[in-house]
Amino acid sequence: METIDLARVAVRDLNRRLQMREGDNGETEFSVLNPGGAHALAAGLTHPINVTIDGHTGYYCAGMNQEANVTVVGNAGTGVAENMMSGVVRVKGDVSQSAGATAHGGMLVIEGDASARCGISLKGADIVVQGSVGHMAAFMAQAGRLVVLGDVGADLGDSLYEAQIFVCGTVASLGADCVEKEMKSTHKSELEALLASAGVDTDASGFRRYGSARQLYNFNIDNAGSY
Amino acid sequence: MCGIVGLYLKNPEIRTRLGAYFSPMLEQMTDRGPDSAGVAVYRDAEADGAKITLYDPDLHFDWDGIAAEAERDLGVSVTVERISSHAILRAAVDAAAIRRWVEANKPSLRIMSSGSSLEIYKEVGLPADVLSRFGVPQITGSHAIGHTRMATESAVTTEGAHPFNTGDDLCLVHNGSLSNHHRLRDWLRDHADITFQTDNDSEVAAGYLTWRLGQGATIAEALEAAISDLDGFYTFAVGTRDGFSVLRDPIACKPAVMAETDDWVAMASEFRSLAQLPGVERATVWEPEPATVYSWGRA
Repeated sequence: METIDLARVAVRDLNRRLQMREGDNGETEFSVLNPGGAHALAAGLTHPINVTIDGHTGYYCAGMNQEANVTVVGNAGTGVAENMMSGVVRVKGDVSQSAGATAHGGMLVIEGDASARCGISLKGADIVVQGSVGHMAAFMAQAGRLVVLGDVGADLGDSLYEAQIFVCGTVASLGADCVEKEMKSTHKSELEALLASAGVDTDASGFRRYGSARQLYNFNIDNAGSY
Repeated sequence: MCGIVGLYLKNPEIRTRLGAYFSPMLEQMTDRGPDSAGVAVYRDAEADGAKITLYDPDLHFDWDGIAAEAERDLGVSVTVERISSHAILRAAVDAAAIRRWVEANKPSLRIMSSGSSLEIYKEVGLPADVLSRFGVPQITGSHAIGHTRMATESAVTTEGAHPFNTGDDLCLVHNGSLSNHHRLRDWLRDHADITFQTDNDSEVAAGYLTWRLGQGATIAEALEAAISDLDGFYTFAVGTRDGFSVLRDPIACKPAVMAETDDWVAMASEFRSLAQLPGVERATVWEPEPATVYSWGRA
């Protein structure tokens, strides 16, 4: 275990170390202390290492993550795990706006609540929120899965492409072209596997499934006169 | 982009350290607003009188002469305290009387604030420089609100810096931009007799709240009404004599985070502003909901 204290080390030096740009000595366990809400902590990681950040982080924590397993023992600011490619990012507290924005792969687990625009433009990653999410969740989400154990704010899945959404709590309203879909047994087993891999112990049968009605993103010849 | 911060000390025993708690919060927001900075401080309420913060760019301006003229015209004792490019005038009359006297007799002076406990200091420059110029780290008081500015809607000038004060002991800082401020400014000028000193959109929001309060609304009611009457992006922190309030627009594009302990409640654009507050590791930390008014003290 290597401990890096941000009270003494600059963010840039932390990230150079975690990105193995100073060489790889085989260490795979890292503990980061005193994050103090700094931005871009543990961003751009490309190695299969375990990083635990003890405290609240600022914007874009674990952004562009590949392979790494990053845990925030606190809250995370705007854009946690944005554009993640692979690996796992887990936040023990709440997260701010645009969590997991444009993430292509990997898994983001939020043990608390997420605010507005969670999973905006999601491109293939899985996001599991154990609390509730704010408005405009999964806005224009193209691929991947968003799972919410709590409640969802207004305009869920607005202008949705092919991402899948599972919600256990209430949904304030659906966005344009987002509809509730049948929860078949295949979806239930898929969700069970996803919850298990997120380490979340809950019954998958209480969830409803939402997806795209596919009326908005296909060109419709009947609307040609409107253009 | 801009940075906003607010701090209200619930525990009277730490009010001697208001500036020490507050200054690092504002300085942390330098990245969000390096153009100019401003601070509103609530302290030492005048029991039966008023104080008014005035500004003149001349650091050797004859404030004693102004006080003497005001004393002669108003017929009461007027004291003056120079603080860099600003000065505090105190007198045993109501705030409107001094404000009217300055507007009528000294139109070249900028009125930064008027009321009984509010003082506002703002200048062009880096937040750290503005804080030290006005001695903010040493300041005592119950609450303070601050702003670091990256200008988008109007010029980088001392007058365009926040906080804005348009009514007694009321001030506002704003992160965002309003889109209906021209029409609303005209309406407030024509129908509510609100005067404006700048073309800044945020001053219109302060004027709007002043008008609502003048109609008998509480600050919370005035902010509720603002949700439907103000169009644009905003996170506001609003100070009143006895408290402070926070409001984000319904879309909530502009950030805000809040933290509260038994001793204090604080808000900032980003958590890093709050990270060095004593006791923050035990604080409840949360993001304020969109279109929801939060108030502390007797706001």
